[in-house]
Amino acid sequence: MVPGELRYTKEHEWVRVDGDEAVVGITSFAADQLGDVVFVELPAVGRALTQHATFGVVESVKAVSDLFAPISGEVIATNHGLAGQPELVNSDPYGEGWMLRLKVADAGQLDGLLDAAAYEQLTSEG
Amino acid sequence: MSVVGEKLQPTVFELSRPGRGDGKIPHPPAGALDRIPAAARRATPLALPEIAEPEVVRHYVNLSALNYSVDTGFYPLGSCTMKYNPKLNEWAARLPGFAGLHPLAPDAMAQGTLQLLWELEAMLAEISGMTAVTLQPAAGAQGELTGILMVRAYHRSRGDLERTEVLVPDSSHGTNPATASMAGFKTITIPSAPDGGVDLDAFRAALGPKTAVIMITNPSTLGLFESRIGELLEATHAAGALAYMDGANLNAILGRFRPGEAGFDVMHFNTHKTFSTPHGGGGPGAGPVGVREALEPFLPEPRVLREPDGSFRLERAGERPTSIGRVRSFFGSTGVLVRAYAYLRAHGGSGLREVSDDAVLAANYLKALVGQAYEVPFDRPCKHEFVASAAGLKHRTGVRTLDIAKRLIDKGYHPPTIYFPLTVEEAMLIEPTETESLETLDAFAAALVEIAHEAETDPGLVTSAPHVAPVRRLDEATAARQPNLRWRGVTGLETPCPQ
Amino acid sequence: MPYGPHATGDRARMLEVIGIDSVDLLFDDIPEVLRSGPLRLDPPESELDLSARLQMLASRNRTDLASFLGAGAYRHWTPAAVDQMLIRSEWYTAYTPYQPEVSQGTLQSIYEYQSLLAELTAMDVVSASHYDGGAATAEAALMTCRATGRGRVLVSRAVHPHYRGTLTTYATGAGLIVDDIPLVADGPSAGCTDLVALERLLADGAPVAGVVAANPNVLGLLEDMLRVGQLAHAAGALFVHVIEPVSLAVLVAPGETGADIACGEGQPLGIPLQYGGPYLGIVACREPLVRQIPGRLVGLTRDLDGKRAFVMTMRAREQDIRREKAASNICTNQALLALAAGIYLTAIGPHGLRDVAALGASRASELAAALAAVGAPRLHEGPYLNEFVARVPDARRVHARLLERGVLAGIPAADLLPGEPGLEDGLLVCTTEMTTPAEISRFASALGAELTVGAGSSGGAA
Repeated sequence: MVPGELRYTKEHEWVRVDGDEAVVGITSFAADQLGDVVFVELPAVGRALTQHATFGVVESVKAVSDLFAPISGEVIATNHGLAGQPELVNSDPYGEGWMLRLKVADAGQLDGLLDAAAYEQLTSEG
Repeated sequence: MSVVGEKLQPTVFELSRPGRGDGKIPHPPAGALDRIPAAARRATPLALPEIAEPEVVRHYVNLSALNYSVDTGFYPLGSCTMKYNPKLNEWAARLPGFAGLHPLAPDAMAQGTLQLLWELEAMLAEISGMTAVTLQPAAGAQGELTGILMVRAYHRSRGDLERTEVLVPDSSHGTNPATASMAGFKTITIPSAPDGGVDLDAFRAALGPKTAVIMITNPSTLGLFESRIGELLEATHAAGALAYMDGANLNAILGRFRPGEAGFDVMHFNTHKTFSTPHGGGGPGAGPVGVREALEPFLPEPRVLREPDGSFRLERAGERPTSIGRVRSFFGSTGVLVRAYAYLRAHGGSGLREVSDDAVLAANYLKALVGQAYEVPFDRPCKHEFVASAAGLKHRTGVRTLDIAKRLIDKGYHPPTIYFPLTVEEAMLIEPTETESLETLDAFAAALVEIAHEAETDPGLVTSAPHVAPVRRLDEATAARQPNLRWRGVTGLETPCPQ
Repeated sequence: MPYGPHATGDRARMLEVIGIDSVDLLFDDIPEVLRSGPLRLDPPESELDLSARLQMLASRNRTDLASFLGAGAYRHWTPAAVDQMLIRSEWYTAYTPYQPEVSQGTLQSIYEYQSLLAELTAMDVVSASHYDGGAATAEAALMTCRATGRGRVLVSRAVHPHYRGTLTTYATGAGLIVDDIPLVADGPSAGCTDLVALERLLADGAPVAGVVAANPNVLGLLEDMLRVGQLAHAAGALFVHVIEPVSLAVLVAPGETGADIACGEGQPLGIPLQYGGPYLGIVACREPLVRQIPGRLVGLTRDLDGKRAFVMTMRAREQDIRREKAASNICTNQALLALAAGIYLTAIGPHGLRDVAALGASRASELAAALAAVGAPRLHEGPYLNEFVARVPDARRVHARLLERGVLAGIPAADLLPGEPGLEDGLLVCTTEMTTPAEISRFASALGAELTVGAGSSGGAA
């Protein structure tokens, strides 16, 4: 099931707004499509991300996928746990498998993202 | 010693015992290294294994027996042309006159090899319809880089600095876009049309004043001849761009289609595919590149030249300032090129055409048989290889292409290339080559049909395969998450040198 | 067709199953105007005739001279067991181990190669493998740029000119700047990388990604690698240590010089000279750079039953998955040569490898003394291992004259390094364990005679 309180991109990232900060990860659907995740490359803290631009890479045993910023903002933290346990992306994509925390630059960008129902619709068509 | 399975072998590090192995090299006089300053000497113990020769030999012989190879059985790995490797060629490359020749030997000492290389260039030029050939690149991917750097130099020599894009079909080998990036170009991916060829409209839309070169694999990685190739080449040249042919699939068209004659400007050959030089467990290959006149000035150095008196020599460094320069050390993978030369001489022009005829015949025959149990997405004659799909079987039974591949191992075959090209779901790319007998092709097709039947009746048997290989399926996720890339724990193995 | 499998009637049966009556119909998709005529090549040759042709060509090469030629490719004794193992076709007629269950032989041999080279270089990670020393050096330099995000590389002029040339070609495409570090002109460090100039180059201009230096350098001299590494690191650059693998049995290893990356030519490890290839490009690095290293990596893992096994790993860095974002376009590599190196190191062992290096050095001392005695002393003062430049006036002419006397007197240093000052009167010569005292005497006496004649004639002209 897709968590109702999150916003989604067509590229399968999710974003959870938390005050003027936001947490970003990839969806359960994306993790399943990739298979066993073995490596996540994340940006340095302090880097400014632009909405829809790539911010990192997620690798599984036999596939690789770019990660796209759902919204613009400065990176204020990344999930160090993924360095030692990239499998968290598979086992707990909306929780322990989070990727980075952003300082939201423009909350208005959130309106352009998919809500849970729209995202579910997208993946069921796939 | 840890026991690691019935047929599996301990590592050379586990076999090591101090004091074993000697007698290969005379002992140097004491003090031979006294003139080397202490600061320049190695301090870290040299913890290489110490093993007596009989155990070394057993180790490698037993390891080799864990491999499947062309000389073991049928190896229909699509896109790789796993044909028979003639033994005469191995013998030839080991002749002391070839094997013992130093790469910087003066030309006068290297006339035999230089003549061979010169003749080989001429043969490849004739086969490809190109004007000139460099034998230097070490493999197809390095040939691609060489070719694309020549394209870059060509445009720049004309003051045309705006061409920054390379057009690549979505069915291409990964080396094409990777090469474009290495050469500083941006890759534009062109979708395939429903018939498997390049989508001509999308191609025309992407082509323009920024296009430096198009890279086309022909026949394509779907095993299909690009029948709109005339239009593609015409549009490319009209836009001021050049056309590169990835020659990975040349085995299908020898004596039938000459890329240079048809309008390609540059191409590479894979000697380990088309011309039977061994694949070596991953290499070495050789990736000669042929070009038409316009690119000839940019060929890498050094070229082989024939003097008016009939002798041969290597070009000197800097002799041809338009060259893109060196792409490697020394001349090239000459030992590989000796084998390719022998192969070409053994076949001659008529034999090469027969090679392609038989390779294409075998692929179409196998396609007809395999088509009884699997989808064959493109309903037209294939060239040297074809794509089959297990998509229907997967939807019915849950058995995937990966499972079918593993089950083929149980039945005594190397699996085909799987999940490539990326444009076909549950793809199997099957390339029989011209050196397989009718009996082998029949038996392989029967095995594939039988597996499809097993998938319907006993899917667990297929999804848990292989059952008779030295190991079962591997934990690849842990291997990548916690990489163990070298043996550790051998410190203390080293003993003082006997002198 | 020499290796065709078909019996009478086989082709007809295949055509019947396909449902056509001529193989030509299978080529109908080639547009008619683009079809080619018959290939104008010689007719097929029988195995007997072809073997005679190949023997004739091989015999036109001269490999019988007393050779003192090295300069990046070295004549060594290869234990007979090495080629006996390599000629097993289970090795050479397999390909990339995509199916690990039936490729454990190749996979374990690659893992062992990685481990053996990691021991030899004292580095953490070794990739398997690259085309040759030139391509390995180019890949190492590109790696420093990816890792640092900088675009400028400094390369010592005492790195093999072919490696520098290859690097320059690769860098052109990638849009990187390659600057040369000059050599010291005279004094005790003559012929070595100029460390003062290096410091200046690091301080001026665009930030430097990597500093590349070789030990022994192309003139055979031992460099102060530790210092080169320190200077590189002080400027935030990575240090690339170019190796000659046999010498690492006795010389300071990259893991000891602070190198971030080691690279070089693996040919001396049991691979024949064969006019330049196939050879073996070595690239090794420290753990933190593992995701930047291009080329194949094999890792140890377990199968479903818990049996130890080997598999290609970190595959998502490679071109077939990452396409235009791959670290390198390398696909086919030098696996069979990596196997040769592994067997060589295993067969010769640590003491044997030390003996190879030390005996080569010992013969070099003898050669240096013998050449000095006939008037051709070393050109440089610094320490060397088994290769050095002898001062020989009119080196090119003397080199050609010695060929006529059956001696391949290395290579005129100015031919190897055109434009490098001070080398016009130098012959770069090399010894290995293959060099015999008799060959050394022959070289020295031939050179002595040549120099006497030369001195005599020029004296007569004066």
